[in-house]
Amino acid sequence: MIVGERKTFEQIWDSIKDLKSVLVLGCGTCVAVCQAGGEKEVGLLAAELRMKSQLAGVTIKIGEATIERQCDREFFDAIKDKAKEYEAILSMACGAGVQYCAEVLEPMRSIPALDTRFIGVTEAQGNWAERCRACGNCVLADYGGICPMTICAKSLVNGPCGGSKNGKCEASQEKDCAWVLIYNRLKKQNRLVDLNKVLTVKDYSKQTHPGRYINEVYLKPRMEEKSAQ
Amino acid sequence: MENTFEPKVVAFCCHYCAYSAADLAGSMRLEYSPNVRIVRLMCTGKVDTLHLLKAFEDGADAVFVAGCEEGSCHFQEGNLFARQKVIEAKKLLKEVGIEPERLEMYHIAASNSVLFAKAADEMTERAHKLGPNPLKTQGKSI
Amino acid sequence: MPNSKLKQAFESKKFVVTAEAGPLKGTDITELELVAKLLKDKVDAVNVTDQQSSVMRLGSLAVSHLLVGWGIEPIYQVTCRDRNRIALQSDLLSAAVLGIQNVLSLTGDLPSSGDHPQAKPVYDLDSVSLLSVIQGLNEGKDMMGNPLVGKTDFFAGAVVNPGADTEAAYELQILKMEKKIAAGAKYFQTQAIYDPGLFEKFMKRAEQYKVPVLAGVIPLKSAGMAKFMNKNVAGVNVPQDMIDKISQAEDKTKTGLEMCSDLIKQLKPLCQGVHIMAIGWEKKVPQIIEAAGL
Repeated sequence: MIVGERKTFEQIWDSIKDLKSVLVLGCGTCVAVCQAGGEKEVGLLAAELRMKSQLAGVTIKIGEATIERQCDREFFDAIKDKAKEYEAILSMACGAGVQYCAEVLEPMRSIPALDTRFIGVTEAQGNWAERCRACGNCVLADYGGICPMTICAKSLVNGPCGGSKNGKCEASQEKDCAWVLIYNRLKKQNRLVDLNKVLTVKDYSKQTHPGRYINEVYLKPRMEEKSAQ
Repeated sequence: MENTFEPKVVAFCCHYCAYSAADLAGSMRLEYSPNVRIVRLMCTGKVDTLHLLKAFEDGADAVFVAGCEEGSCHFQEGNLFARQKVIEAKKLLKEVGIEPERLEMYHIAASNSVLFAKAADEMTERAHKLGPNPLKTQGKSI
Repeated sequence: MPNSKLKQAFESKKFVVTAEAGPLKGTDITELELVAKLLKDKVDAVNVTDQQSSVMRLGSLAVSHLLVGWGIEPIYQVTCRDRNRIALQSDLLSAAVLGIQNVLSLTGDLPSSGDHPQAKPVYDLDSVSLLSVIQGLNEGKDMMGNPLVGKTDFFAGAVVNPGADTEAAYELQILKMEKKIAAGAKYFQTQAIYDPGLFEKFMKRAEQYKVPVLAGVIPLKSAGMAKFMNKNVAGVNVPQDMIDKISQAEDKTKTGLEMCSDLIKQLKPLCQGVHIMAIGWEKKVPQIIEAAGL
């Protein structure tokens, strides 16, 4: 999932305090799972904003809504009419959702309430960790299912740097050295010999922005153009 | 105005412990603050940060959550979860400008009617000291 | 272009001695020149560090070039932290035309450890792929295989950390050493060594590669420094008796230098040379060399 982290209340308040009305819009997919921008978090933020505006002596109409996903156009249908009653959307989605919000509801303002952090997993309740950098060139098969691009602080694909200490990263003793993890995993798989594979040079050509992926099968079918007769 | 202020205190109480303690306090004719409104829950683990915020939004002057003693939760650790929710809600209250002291977590055994009465009095006293929920006073002044 | 003097030194089978000159933050090179000239003729080559510890300072390319001008053989250190493959290759070509013949390939510390922690780390290449790029440039082509008009003739080195603490870390160091050799590393210099026993064990393993190894040494200045390195520097393990010796010493500078030259004497039979990282004590390097009988 995409993991998001709510901005500080102060940052959020600063970005909406001059508005007359704002619709707090949650996203029911990734950020709901990581408890940053789902229906419940919308309720919490809206309650905070209502109390704060009252205490600050300003009148801001605060609305609440959550849609299934903010990264698919059709889900916005459910709130399109409601959104018209507000000056801006305070989107609790990831960066993609915030942008789609601005695009689908144009010219309405779409303000982010979260910082989008990474693509990751739930390691424990309330504890999310990055696993993928969306590099567009997956090499996990060669590295025992541990991503050197993501888990290694330097994204090294040819072995560890000299900074690995006690199995931890030079960046922080809190972080595991990706290469020690890779070594231990491959050893369990009796595949240590795979580490001797020829050296790899990373290909960043797929990381040009903005990325796009098209699957012809799912494109809207069109009548084939008849050649002019 | 100041003398006539009678705070509204909401207590989220666990059915298995604090609620029984409150009941026992009544049976024992223990006196405790009449300002307390009890919301009975099957376990304080059901308390959500949102409930705590809503209580303040709807005008409570103080709120407390009373769960079982540590290690005695009927549902293993619902009371510990409740404690974390209280910490979270305190943080959010502080962010918006409401005194976090208006909210507290207590652990009260079913037999400890005295502690329940103490908690009720303590929170009422705090509300008296802090004055009415600022949402009520600020709201009126605009 | 004459061959690298460092290469010749290795070929002559003499015990090679290299030192280190860290460029300063700023443009005043007085001190640098003083140190460099003190080291001249005392060592076979001088490493010029590249933004060491991710602290921004005068560049290693410019300083390496200055050393050439002063008649000192430089080892141009290149890290992969700050430049992508285009800049790295270009800088290597620049180094070649500026008369620099030795390059040491390093991954580079993370920016978070330096004085610009907000910098974007690059790591487009790593120490292994950079070595293969150097090999390519020496053969007259860039890393995409495009021909060069005039090729380089670098003598490329790399680093290895023999003090890795776990089986995994140790095996990975060996693995990476093999990869570096395959990618064109002609010699290695190591992280600081304090335990000759451990180093001997490592050399038994590394002997098979027939690639010269320079043992890294850092003179101890205090017990605090030793403890700091033990705690924070991967692969460095100063034994307790050395820590005790320096902490009890009356003249810590004298003892530190003596311990360093004693260590070099013990390491000498095990390897092909020594790399002295003086860290502020550059002017005392000739003293260490003399006391070690080199």
